[in-house]
Amino acid sequence: MSVFIIRRLMQSVVVIFIMTLIVFFGVMVIGNPVDILIGQDCDGPCREKVIRSLGLHLPLHEQYLVFLKNALKGELGNSFKAGIPATHLILQRMPATLELAFCSFLIAVGLGIPLGIWAGLRPESLSGKVIMGGSILGFSLPSFWVGVMLMLLFAVELNWLPATGRGETVPVLGVEVSFLTLDGLRHLILPAVNLALFKLSLMVRLTRASVRENLLMDYIKFARAKGLSMNRIIFVHVLKNILIPIITVLGLELGNLIAFSVVTETIFAWPGMGKLLIDSIDVLDRPVVVAYLMITIFMFIMINLVVDILYSLLDPRVRLGDIKQ
Amino acid sequence: MNKTMTIVTGAIVGAFMASGAWAAELKIGLKSETSSMDPHWQTLIVNIQISRHIFDHLIDSGDNMELKPGLATSWKPISDTTWEFKLREGVKWHDGSPFTADDVVFTWERTNQVPNSPAPFSQYTRGKKITKIDDFTVHVTTEKPYPLMATDVARFAIVSKKHGEGATTADYNTGKATIGTGPYKFVEFVPGDRIVLEANPDYWGGKPAWDRVTFKPIPAGPSRIAALKSGDVDLIDFVPPADINKLKQDADVAVWQGPSNRPVFLHLDSNRDLSPSIRDNDGNPLWPNPTRDWRVRKAISKAINREAIVEKVMEGNAIIATQLVPVGFFGYNEDLEPEPFDPEGAKKLLAEAGYPDGFRITLNGTHDRYINDKEIVETVAQMLSKIGIKVDVKTHPVSTYYTTANTGAFSFWLGSHSVSTGEPSAQLNHLIHTTWPGTPYCCTPRGYSNPRVDNIIEMGMGTVDDAEREALFKEAIGIAVKDVAFVPLHYQLNTWASRLGLKYITRIDEMTLATNVMKN
Repeated sequence: MSVFIIRRLMQSVVVIFIMTLIVFFGVMVIGNPVDILIGQDCDGPCREKVIRSLGLHLPLHEQYLVFLKNALKGELGNSFKAGIPATHLILQRMPATLELAFCSFLIAVGLGIPLGIWAGLRPESLSGKVIMGGSILGFSLPSFWVGVMLMLLFAVELNWLPATGRGETVPVLGVEVSFLTLDGLRHLILPAVNLALFKLSLMVRLTRASVRENLLMDYIKFARAKGLSMNRIIFVHVLKNILIPIITVLGLELGNLIAFSVVTETIFAWPGMGKLLIDSIDVLDRPVVVAYLMITIFMFIMINLVVDILYSLLDPRVRLGDIKQ
Repeated sequence: MNKTMTIVTGAIVGAFMASGAWAAELKIGLKSETSSMDPHWQTLIVNIQISRHIFDHLIDSGDNMELKPGLATSWKPISDTTWEFKLREGVKWHDGSPFTADDVVFTWERTNQVPNSPAPFSQYTRGKKITKIDDFTVHVTTEKPYPLMATDVARFAIVSKKHGEGATTADYNTGKATIGTGPYKFVEFVPGDRIVLEANPDYWGGKPAWDRVTFKPIPAGPSRIAALKSGDVDLIDFVPPADINKLKQDADVAVWQGPSNRPVFLHLDSNRDLSPSIRDNDGNPLWPNPTRDWRVRKAISKAINREAIVEKVMEGNAIIATQLVPVGFFGYNEDLEPEPFDPEGAKKLLAEAGYPDGFRITLNGTHDRYINDKEIVETVAQMLSKIGIKVDVKTHPVSTYYTTANTGAFSFWLGSHSVSTGEPSAQLNHLIHTTWPGTPYCCTPRGYSNPRVDNIIEMGMGTVDDAEREALFKEAIGIAVKDVAFVPLHYQLNTWASRLGLKYITRIDEMTLATNVMKN
């Protein structure tokens, strides 16, 4: 197992390296950061000074070498726009995003799997059909529209919940979290539900399909013939067998939730990293974009690693050494 | 038991009193947040509008960008190259230490020493030497007569020497160095989430109206409106244009609208013999470039129905523009009238110039920068097709737009340049004067060149006397507009919305200031 993990980590270094190449040069193809950042009245000598101070006067490949040299020392550069280290900027906003992502993850899993099992066991019942119909809505309605509608209904019309922003935070182990305060929870509900909606529908459909498939299998017939209770069959045998595809998808989706919750964060003015990425792309703040994607890729690789390890725990037929990369 | 009760009661009463103390609390939803709390980090309106609460400028700029005394009570040239500034006495920094000329001298140095600043304030102190005469007098000298002294000095915040020495941009973000003389004190800056300020009761200009002010960045337009209507915030800026008329009818909301210093116009590449995206009707490069002919430019201007753009595209939230600065600004030329909509006259001019069947041209614009920018270029294209000019519209995200424009790839493009100093010198230098790399006349894309106008602009830039300079600037603007150096369209209106019971005194420079919010 340790060989497997080490090999994975080494591969991740290669992937991250290739990604920095693509992003570094890609940003410069889009446009010149100086044209956007600089004040409109900043003329010749002023402009020259800015280009120099940002290190943009060097040829692109030299800029990249400077970046690599610093990256090996653990410095990913200062944000062009904010002037503070890019990693600092990202880590400052990470708790807000993680909190939002995990909350919607919990909603998606906590509601999605039970609803999916319910719909899978009773495909022809009214409740089963309502659940499936609802999941189609959850899939197909664009999240920015749902977000605005949630806001209009619960914040503007009913005035039950605040419309935007993050609530009061309390430090836990040095990290500011908001889900432990009432105000924080009130702020968290709408964005978390909005972000969860798509994943929830995905969970429902995936679970339902797996349950339906598994119910037809021989081992279920055998378990029933053996006289096991329905509860035991569903919650021990079926559940265990449907978890493998669900965990694969969950792993990928969790990464997506954390890295790309941009739309929800923008609508609800949630101070997370997704919004930071969009803002940074808008002004071509290259150090932030590169650092952000490096961190994101690392996170994706880690989540996949955990998923693979979970496979081997859930299904004794899978051995880690056999998983093809 | 009794003791516990007392403590509990005390805590409850205390909590109520604390919340009572913040009775005059104001929450503002902003479209864009500041990139830093360092007042010398970036010369952007969104940064200055925050730093102005905490730091004062030597010269303050009012709601219409008129210059008023700030930390300087008076300023005047005492010779051709020397200006004298008298400083306000008795002003205290937020920590209680006195404000003196040393702070001003220090600020001068600091504007030059902010590492990696992407839009440095040194452009306003450059070439100006400062000397302390006494604690409340400074002299600023330049090599050549420099007329824009007051305008430049009004642009940057004065920081405290005691707290600013050795302070980095990060120290201002944490509040360690964010000690100003302004009406509000720094409390907290959480990027992406909030900026919190509290009143400075000892402010030299009188105690501010609000005890506590919170700025929240809410970039999405519909969310800003929802935040206002749900009571999350009391005031929002940049109301999305599509919602303005709806909000005006809303009984719970008050809309505040005023002119902006942002003219929107079209550039024509009239300087090159061959322009990249001008073709004849068969698609072959057209030589010579037809927009070099004054009549062709005039025809384009005549073919545009500005009233329709203002009424239909902008839904009434704009004012027809005649030139580069809005009414009432220094250098505004009163003799210029809006170009009347006259498609027949336009066709006649085109025919006279030798293009009775028109030509093909690409009109470039942004789709995410100015209000309804994409719709504006599409409408203009329609209008020009009526006089036979076939226009292809190409819209770009702002992140690539100006880079491409700078390479000279455009022949016809949408532009806007806010009059951030309250007078037209930047507009004349950057949009009208012939472009010269490496000089103050560089770096912004433009297509016009006229040595006669260049001369007048340069003369104006060297004239210290306000009246003489204004006359020269007016003349330059007059010639440029009559020669159709660019095609003016409209000035945007700035729109704020507040809950009932508040009043916002609009600012022409787009700034959203707590000091302009009044209780009705």
